Amino acid sequence: MTTSVRTARTGRTVRTVRTAVSRYPVLLALVIAALFMVVPFLIVAVNAVKSPAEYSADGPLSLPDGLYLDGLKSFWERVDFGQKLINSFLISGAVAAGAVVLSVLNAYAIGIGRIRGRTWVLAFFVLANVLPQEALVYPVYYLSKEAGLYDTRLSVIIVFTVIQAAFGTYLLSAVLGRFPREIIEAARIDGANRWQVLWRIVVPVSRPTLGVLLVFFFIWTWNEFLLPLVMLISNDNQTVSVALGVLQGQRLMDATMTNAAALLGVLPAIVFFLVFQRTLTRGIAVGAVK
Amino acid sequence: MTVTVEQGARAAGRHRHGGPRRPRIRTRIRIRDSYALFLLPGVLAFLAVVVVPFLMNTGVSFTDWQGVGSPDWSGLANYRELMDDSAFWASFRHSLFMVVAMAVVPTAIGLVLAAALFDFVGKHFGSRTAAVLRACFYLPQVLPIAVAGIVWSWILAPDNGSLNELLKAVGLGSWQQDWLGDPDLALYSVMGVMVWVQIGFPLVVFMAGLQRVDPQLYEAAELDGAGWWRRFRHITLPQIRPEIHVVLTWCTIAALKVFGAVYVLTKGGPGGATDVPSYFSFTTFFEKTQVGYGAAISTVLTVLVLGLALVGLRLQTRAEDAEEGLRT
Repeated sequence: MTTSVRTARTGRTVRTVRTAVSRYPVLLALVIAALFMVVPFLIVAVNAVKSPAEYSADGPLSLPDGLYLDGLKSFWERVDFGQKLINSFLISGAVAAGAVVLSVLNAYAIGIGRIRGRTWVLAFFVLANVLPQEALVYPVYYLSKEAGLYDTRLSVIIVFTVIQAAFGTYLLSAVLGRFPREIIEAARIDGANRWQVLWRIVVPVSRPTLGVLLVFFFIWTWNEFLLPLVMLISNDNQTVSVALGVLQGQRLMDATMTNAAALLGVLPAIVFFLVFQRTLTRGIAVGAVK
Repeated sequence: MTVTVEQGARAAGRHRHGGPRRPRIRTRIRIRDSYALFLLPGVLAFLAVVVVPFLMNTGVSFTDWQGVGSPDWSGLANYRELMDDSAFWASFRHSLFMVVAMAVVPTAIGLVLAAALFDFVGKHFGSRTAAVLRACFYLPQVLPIAVAGIVWSWILAPDNGSLNELLKAVGLGSWQQDWLGDPDLALYSVMGVMVWVQIGFPLVVFMAGLQRVDPQLYEAAELDGAGWWRRFRHITLPQIRPEIHVVLTWCTIAALKVFGAVYVLTKGGPGGATDVPSYFSFTTFFEKTQVGYGAAISTVLTVLVLGLALVGLRLQTRAEDAEEGLRT
């Protein structure tokens, strides 16, 4: 007994020493790998503040001599970037709010109401969620033209509210399926109707999950490309993603302008990332295991 | 997946409220039915935005249509044409490359990284260090794909691109390439970019999954003298198998749908070397305006994706059922 414990302990010290030696190389390798992930952002930031003359003289790898912001400013004015930001915020915000409401209503019927055939309804929403947008894009384009909604932000808002709500329904139904029944029964006995139960009890209790969904819908919609590209052709309605993607596709930008575009595209994403980091990582975990 | 939980809960509910409250059964049924009203807006919106367009698209795929006038029924002609279209087969072959770049490689790297960050960095250097490193790997995931495309097409540019400049600076000037313009290289360059984009997703999911694993398992294995690799193989991998299934399924679906990256990086070129089904259908719809043919391409893509999703869901449900079974 004693001997075995002792050998185990000496074995452990040997191992600890060994891991201490091998510890730093592994950490170093991981840090280098992480740097490789971040380096593209850094290069873009460095080059966006170089003047064209400096860029052509020193190339992309040198550090900038000073802050040259005219490139950013002229790009901002040329593409009316402020308007693009407003469009993106408007569309993503409206979609996030609308899709959360729609998801809550659906999931209330499926997860708490346990309507008949709910497995099928749920399967339907899941499949709608994975459907490639390519299979919807032409009819959506055609129908929105017929309805006079083509090239309006509203059309994109409607379509994405529904598409994002498919995922929200799937996730929330699972969460609400485990909602403590006693609370609902108690409220019902106290005379609350289903509508009141939903808004006064289910929604407040599920607020953390709804917050995760809101953030996800916002960022996903912000990043969407195909449908907005097809639906929003006029400059005044385009989102950040579409405007930058189209510019890039036209191959009309010089190096400084490309960097200005990239930096202005990256910045909102980094802001969201820093603001929502916890929600994002927690949310992915929730979404994946459900 | 929810079904097992729900049935359990319902059985428990019945047990508690059954018996003495028989007379309430009628009201209960009425309540349950009227819950369907809450589903009404969702179902109507889905019919209008998803179901109707999808059926239209499928219908159009059996016709010859230029987007104006009325479509001419052509039966399976579009599909027969697809079978002989080398561009179609090439686009799906490139899809397989995308599956490697967006599902297989990120899952493999993500597993190793997750285990290293969780088991090693988290333990020896604190969870803060692990969280910061994780954030670095996850960052590209929040970036709009269009923006990622701009960043990389500039880095990979033949003249003055950062990668070529870097190669020159370290004396490997002969390795310089037109990374996105060379038909033999472009697909691999796009794949590299997609690995960079995708890696954060598996990593974050796997790290979350690892938090579920009982640390005692690792301690016991360590006491028994199992090295890092054996712990990885015999504890980490089996314990987070559900996450691996989920990640592989979703990433494969994402790989089949990839569009934005190809649009921004290469526009399917050079000479169709990086064309993928979604981009192929997009150009057929909107540039060639062969709407019927484009619809056929997207229908084939849809069948593939839905089939995969069903298999993935089946795997997930089975894994969760097995887990439920173990718990009870």
